[in-house]
Amino acid sequence: MSQTNEKFLEVNNLVVEYITGKQVVHAVNGVSFSLDKGHTLGLVGETGAGKTSIAKSIIGVLSDPPGKVRSGEILLEGKDLLTAPEEDMLQIRGKRISMIFQDPMTALNPVMTIGDQIAEVVALHSESGNTHEAKETALEMLKMVGITPERYDDFPHQFSGGMKQRVVIAIALACNPELLLADEPTTALDVTIQAQVLEMINDLKEKLNTSMILITHDLGVVAEMCDDVAVVYAGEIIEQGSKEDLFDHPAHPYTHGLFGSLPSMAKGQKRLHPIPGLTPDPTDLPKGCNFSPRCPYATDACRQGDIPLTELTPGHTCRCCNLGHLEKKEG
Amino acid sequence: MGKYILRRLVMCVIVVFVAAIIIFTIMYFVPGDPVEIMLGSTATVEQKDALRASLGLDQPFLIQLGTYLLNLLQGDFGTSYTYNAPVTNELLSRLPYTLLIGISGIIVDVIISIPLGIYAALRRGKWQDTACTVFAMACVSVPDFWFALMLVVIFAVNLQVLPVSGIGGPRYFVMPIAASALAGIGGLLRQTRSGMLDVMNSDFVVTARSKGVPEGKVILQHMLPNALIPVVTVVGGHFSRCIGGAVIIEQIFSIPGLGAYMLNAINTRDYPVIRSSVVILAAVTSIVMLVVDIVYALIDPRIKAQYSGK
Repeated sequence: MSQTNEKFLEVNNLVVEYITGKQVVHAVNGVSFSLDKGHTLGLVGETGAGKTSIAKSIIGVLSDPPGKVRSGEILLEGKDLLTAPEEDMLQIRGKRISMIFQDPMTALNPVMTIGDQIAEVVALHSESGNTHEAKETALEMLKMVGITPERYDDFPHQFSGGMKQRVVIAIALACNPELLLADEPTTALDVTIQAQVLEMINDLKEKLNTSMILITHDLGVVAEMCDDVAVVYAGEIIEQGSKEDLFDHPAHPYTHGLFGSLPSMAKGQKRLHPIPGLTPDPTDLPKGCNFSPRCPYATDACRQGDIPLTELTPGHTCRCCNLGHLEKKEG
Repeated sequence: MGKYILRRLVMCVIVVFVAAIIIFTIMYFVPGDPVEIMLGSTATVEQKDALRASLGLDQPFLIQLGTYLLNLLQGDFGTSYTYNAPVTNELLSRLPYTLLIGISGIIVDVIISIPLGIYAALRRGKWQDTACTVFAMACVSVPDFWFALMLVVIFAVNLQVLPVSGIGGPRYFVMPIAASALAGIGGLLRQTRSGMLDVMNSDFVVTARSKGVPEGKVILQHMLPNALIPVVTVVGGHFSRCIGGAVIIEQIFSIPGLGAYMLNAINTRDYPVIRSSVVILAAVTSIVMLVVDIVYALIDPRIKAQYSGK
């Protein structure tokens, strides 16, 4: 991995809150990570861990109200997107950064033809703004994601979920983005379609040398697609490292739990091994380590103060104060 | 789509026909005798019988109904008892005034309510939103006859900038149209607001923003068409109410429209006029409803697909 001074994308201490009435939902609590050009980072975690909020903050579409970026910075080639003026962000959204949304059934405008929805983003970011050229590009994009161009004038309700997701992907990739945020791109799809869609994203990504943040809770998808992985729990990254680091040497008890929850065909396992308990209430996070209430190794030290990030090996970090103890147990 | 419209038009004819039968039956059984009213209390029994026979009112119910429907099918609305003139001509000369006021009222409603509704939704929870809500409540709560009279007092009597009543020119229609628009504004504003709120946080709006679509275009091209679908229903319903409610406004401003004609006819038991007015109202209403459904299809391709059975 070549080390340059300036990372392609750098997120520092991002804090996102949702304010509903008197309650404050602490969705993202000081998340930092960086991403190199052409690399894929997987954000893994349970539903509600704050993964989507991170992605929406990066592309600047967090719905405000109720969402609010409290603090932190998001640097795209050194330029902070959070303080960038709206005009600049309009140029960046859809062009340099684009996003694939989780639910293809609702992500498309029901009263606009799918072709127009693709052409719209092309026209917005082309020099000329020529609608005829935009249509040409949109037709090409349709072909690229495996939809016949004759369906340009069809509406979203005339497509199946998998086909709609292809349209969403076509929109996201139409302007050759430098950074692609894929928010559970396959969760809403059938398993058979999932593989197709992932393969397609991978192909297109390689063709365009795009960096990607892939949000998922499917560790199989991570293994297939990602270079680096960050495990998100209750709005914090609790472990981060290369895919090999995390899969071969998981350090945090939660990461262990995640792998432990995977049913194994080989061992002839009869029962699943879930992580006991629930994710903490984001309006009322526990003191100290957020995972301590569910952690089998939790000690009094875990329930006090902030848990620092420890670097285990270069690039592999973990937020846990019992690491030594855990390793002994393993050994 | 064409087939659908044709089928709906046939339905319209049936609806109007049924409405004609119902109003005929109701008027037949309602107390009150047009002959008594026309001749006054001084007339002799012979005079009354003679008039009754000449109007065909001595015939049995079914014969009267049959004659009426046959004439109606031939486009003959009959002759007014009071004016002794063909109803058709009178209707044709009066209907435009009623439609003018009704349609202009709706246009004013749409021009005022839809932008305000969008604005209120965008400022949800802020004082601007509350102000719009209060304004909408006021529009719904104020009786339109009271509002009409207040308009007259302020603009015609005190300020003397508008004529009190009559139909001399465009200025004469300002107050009637304002009075007719009033009641619709509240409902339409609230419906636009809630329609906008429903779609504002939709995933497809986030998609549009993530494409770099400027906020103004997001509102007009992505939110509004989706928010308008329920609004169209309200506009349609309000239009039929405007036509029916014209009675009061036409009376206050002495406008020779359908409403005033119908009201006089009810007082004098002028059966042909009452029936014909109701038939015309039924026809206008069912055509408006058809237009509403066609507009639906134009806005929402999913509904269009249902119509064409695709």
